[in-house]
Amino acid sequence: MSGRAGNVRFVLVVSAPLGLTACNVWQSALDAHGQSAEAVLRQFYGFTALSAGIWLLVIFAMIGALRRRRSLAERLAAPLERRSRPEAFATIAVSTAIGLTAAILIGLTTWSFMTGRTLASLRGRETLTLLVTGDQWWWQVRYEDSQANRTFTTANEIHIPVGQPVKVKLESNDVIHSFWVPSLAGKEDLIPGHQNEIYLKAERPGVYRGQCAEFCGYQHAHMSFLVVADEIPDFEAWRSRQVATAASPTGEEAAAGQRVFLSRGCSICHTVRGTPAGGKVGPDLTHVASRKTVAAGTLPLSRGSLAAWIADPQAIKPGTNMPRVALDPDELNAVVAYVAGLQ
Amino acid sequence: MTRHSVADVSGLPTSGFGATSPMWWGTMAFMAIEGMGFALGVASYLYLAFLAPEWPMAPPPDLIPGSLVTALLVVSVLPNHLLDRWTKAKDLKRVRFGLLLMSILGALPLVVRWFELGALNVNWDTNAYGSIVWLLLGLHTTHLLTDLVDTLVLAALMFTRHGRSGKRFSDVSDNAFYWDFVVGTWVVLYLVIYWFPRI
Amino acid sequence: MTSHPADMTKDLRDTDLDDPTLDGILARTWETPRGFYGWLATVDHKMVGRRYIVTAFVFLALAGLAALAMRLQLSVPENSLMGPDLYNQLFSMHGTTMMFLFAVPVMEAVAVYLVPLMVGTRNIAFPRLNAFSYWVYLFGGAMIWIAFAFNTGAENGWFSYVPLAGPEFSFGKRSDFWAQMVTFTEVSALAVAVSLIATIFKQRAPGMSLDRIPLFVWAMLVTSFAIMFAMPAVMISSTMLILDRLVGTQFFNPAEGGDPLLWQHLFWFFGHPEVYIIFIPATGMVSAIVPTFCQRPIFGYQALVLALIAIGFLSFGLWVHHMFATGLPQLGESFFTASSMLIAIPSGIQIFCWIATLWLGRPILKTPLLFVLGFIFTFVIGGLTGVMVASVPLDLQVHDTYFVVAHFHYVLIGGAVFPLLSAIYYWFPKISGRMLDERLGRWNFWLAVIGFNAAFFPMHLLGLEGMPRRVYTYPAASGWGEVNLFISLMSVVFAASFAVLGWNVVRSLRHGIVAGPNPWNAGTLEWAAPSPPPPYNFLRIPYASHREPLWNDRDSLPVVSGLRVDARELLSGSLAEATPELRESSVDNSIWPLLAAIATTAAFVGSIFTPSAVVWGGLLAAIPLIAWFWPKGNPEDEE
Repeated sequence: MSGRAGNVRFVLVVSAPLGLTACNVWQSALDAHGQSAEAVLRQFYGFTALSAGIWLLVIFAMIGALRRRRSLAERLAAPLERRSRPEAFATIAVSTAIGLTAAILIGLTTWSFMTGRTLASLRGRETLTLLVTGDQWWWQVRYEDSQANRTFTTANEIHIPVGQPVKVKLESNDVIHSFWVPSLAGKEDLIPGHQNEIYLKAERPGVYRGQCAEFCGYQHAHMSFLVVADEIPDFEAWRSRQVATAASPTGEEAAAGQRVFLSRGCSICHTVRGTPAGGKVGPDLTHVASRKTVAAGTLPLSRGSLAAWIADPQAIKPGTNMPRVALDPDELNAVVAYVAGLQ
Repeated sequence: MTRHSVADVSGLPTSGFGATSPMWWGTMAFMAIEGMGFALGVASYLYLAFLAPEWPMAPPPDLIPGSLVTALLVVSVLPNHLLDRWTKAKDLKRVRFGLLLMSILGALPLVVRWFELGALNVNWDTNAYGSIVWLLLGLHTTHLLTDLVDTLVLAALMFTRHGRSGKRFSDVSDNAFYWDFVVGTWVVLYLVIYWFPRI
Repeated sequence: MTSHPADMTKDLRDTDLDDPTLDGILARTWETPRGFYGWLATVDHKMVGRRYIVTAFVFLALAGLAALAMRLQLSVPENSLMGPDLYNQLFSMHGTTMMFLFAVPVMEAVAVYLVPLMVGTRNIAFPRLNAFSYWVYLFGGAMIWIAFAFNTGAENGWFSYVPLAGPEFSFGKRSDFWAQMVTFTEVSALAVAVSLIATIFKQRAPGMSLDRIPLFVWAMLVTSFAIMFAMPAVMISSTMLILDRLVGTQFFNPAEGGDPLLWQHLFWFFGHPEVYIIFIPATGMVSAIVPTFCQRPIFGYQALVLALIAIGFLSFGLWVHHMFATGLPQLGESFFTASSMLIAIPSGIQIFCWIATLWLGRPILKTPLLFVLGFIFTFVIGGLTGVMVASVPLDLQVHDTYFVVAHFHYVLIGGAVFPLLSAIYYWFPKISGRMLDERLGRWNFWLAVIGFNAAFFPMHLLGLEGMPRRVYTYPAASGWGEVNLFISLMSVVFAASFAVLGWNVVRSLRHGIVAGPNPWNAGTLEWAAPSPPPPYNFLRIPYASHREPLWNDRDSLPVVSGLRVDARELLSGSLAEATPELRESSVDNSIWPLLAAIATTAAFVGSIFTPSAVVWGGLLAAIPLIAWFWPKGNPEDEE
């Protein structure tokens, strides 16, 4: 919706309860592409329509009460003078309204349970299991498999096969986070000491943005990720590339960059599979250049953004756990060349 | 607007016992608040216990000091009720004696409580089990302490000229009522702290 | 301290005194001495209530400024105006202040002022406890804002989830100040609740049986009980938090058997009733105002009382609906969906009864009633989105987004602040003796209702479009920019409505029309006292012949006689029928509640820095507490 004129946005705001909203390329619960999100969206539109109707009835009743014509006798009556017929009518009207409220609530509760069952129907049917671990302020993603050589770890970008139920196990290394991809499903918290799970099933290929939904400290605003739903062959190809160890640096600059990477502390926190770098504190960088973003969705990936991030992480994400390493311009360019080559 | 009198209240007394006295309701309200605090403390204990793979997370506390505190407290209920009866009879001499006795019976469990803390077999910072046990004991010890101070102040008061006021008797009665609450909550806590880990 | 007639055994009664003589003696018995010392030592519920209300509005202004600062930051994407450190403190201070220092205290404050008048007594029960509660509240609120001024404000939201607020992730003293602020405000809220319960149970005017209690008083009774049973939960949890941080306990540390969810259970066991602790008094205000401006009794009194009690009970069965995303067992979540839906029924009953009263009466569209209409218009939207978030699947989508921000502001501002504003316009003449200006009142009303709805309705859409709560900035590519700018502009309109209110109050205090005792021709007892009421409230204790005594006894008010007037004395009666049982003395002014509050403050603030403060602070606080209770030889002490 970006770039539209403000008045168009306002029309959308006003018309939102009527369901007249457009597709959204960012993260949006109104732009549902997952089985769960679609079921929730249907329920949302139903609840909204009903709510709008109830609200209008209440407002009409209120305005009617204000505008009702009153006889002279009624206007002059003392406060405690009772008129039994209107009282009886009001008793019937109020009782009916209470009865209707109860009936509608039972209906809505049932509807809610039905949606809940749709959501639960994905349980146990997964063809892929991931373990997502929350860290301040990025996401570690582990693809699990019974074959050890098909498991691998990546970060901040999740690929899933279209049409397949995927189980995502959720854990946290530090504080509470919440995993939320609005276009695919609702959210679920990542809580230290607990393991939660959420199921995703993308109905259409696409790139769906997700973001941490539980306040988690300084950079809660910059803790997003992407879920890429691929057709199955594309997904398998991606997976094979991710399982592989890192590409060797090509060219003199990248090779120099690898030396800087290994000697200047980067490897204390980061793993690059196939090299001595084996740090576990920060994201796995084996295929970092194959991802679409840098720093958990903070910047789109490019050589420029990588350079900016490595040169001064605190300027881009104040409070991030990645320290600023004093590199001279040549070292910085070399490291960027090396990292940008980690396809 | 004019006024006309419909009732004469000049014959009413100026102090009363139990539900007649607003202070009794105040005491009752504070007991409800503190009782809720104890209930939530016990609920937290049980929550942590059911979450933990094994409970207690340390050897259970030694029985002797805690049971001694329990015995002392339960025994003190009898003189406490005698004091309440003397209070309602406005028998100043016996009330003075009763308050002195209850001051001693309030101090004794506090002395044993000191040994009880040493017999818990866990520190507050060892693990969550230790934390919640110390919290429950701390909560109750605070109540013992405040009621002891209250009793001592009342005892001193009853030996002054203020002791003859009807309101003071009502205060002593409320204090006795509160002591029952302190004893009653301890019985529950005793079962939770000492016997729950043994079942 | 008040000077008393030299002869203490005088025992002068009101029976045979004429009105001017009685007024002279009662005024001397119940007065607060002039001067600074008298101001500090007063236990008059009207003075305490008034300063409570003013203080709460000061905190409202501070929290409102924090909100405007947040809106400024969010008005454009990637704004560099402030960083996360300040923004996180701002939203934490905003929520903390609004919930702990404004919404609950202001409702209790209005009750401290009004309940004794409405039930026809001369002072609140336990007046010194009431004075103490104000000082503790003032010092606690001042403490957290002074801490904020020194860059040590709350930073983890008004909910302070662990482990984020725990020893490992929140450095410095910010979380500790937050936790102690909770202790302060809970102590004061509980003290007021106890005073109100005893006042309502024991000090009602003769004749005011349970079925004649004004609905606002019923609402405060239910609220006070909810406070009694909800607040201990947050006191326990904030104590655990501060122990984890200060002495290394392990309540919330999963590595040592603790659990972060224990915090959430305890916090929301308090936090959900908290919403109703704010909302129930507001409904009581509406139930007091609607009959006056319809000039007929409320429709469905019994149903409304039962609805209040039902809401009070049900509010304790909803806390898990704040935790649907924490992975609790599904069966449990379904139970909480059903109970959350259920509470819509008593809320609906109230709305229907008010509309029926409007229908049956003859509505007079003065500012107080306008705000009631604005309340219904706005609150019903919040109630309906509340039904949405009660549904687990919908909640999992909108939880922790701007949709929920919109929802609870509709409930809290639409459902509680609009009735409060209505109450200000309604009872201001009673408190000040002068009417608020009606033309400014209409400006206030329209700016508030339009500004609020324009600012908060679009947030529903922002939430659905994926904007999470508590983010200090958002990318331009999100497309959230224009709506946020619009919201920020409208928030200024909403803020302007409070500026109009402030101007109206300041102007009317000097130039407002003189009100007289009953300017609205209302039916309840507070309007039988002069405006503003004298220190002793009622020349003679009224007899409640009806639910609306002033409508029933239009010519002459029935009263009782025989009370002592040379010492502070009031009537105490039976719980159900309010049959007089005691001539109960009411304590005199005293400086000790203030000194006790200062000692308590020293203990609480000290314990942020050293656990030993609990010991020396406790000893320190014991001295003024004993002095407070020790009889001073006044006639009130010797009865």
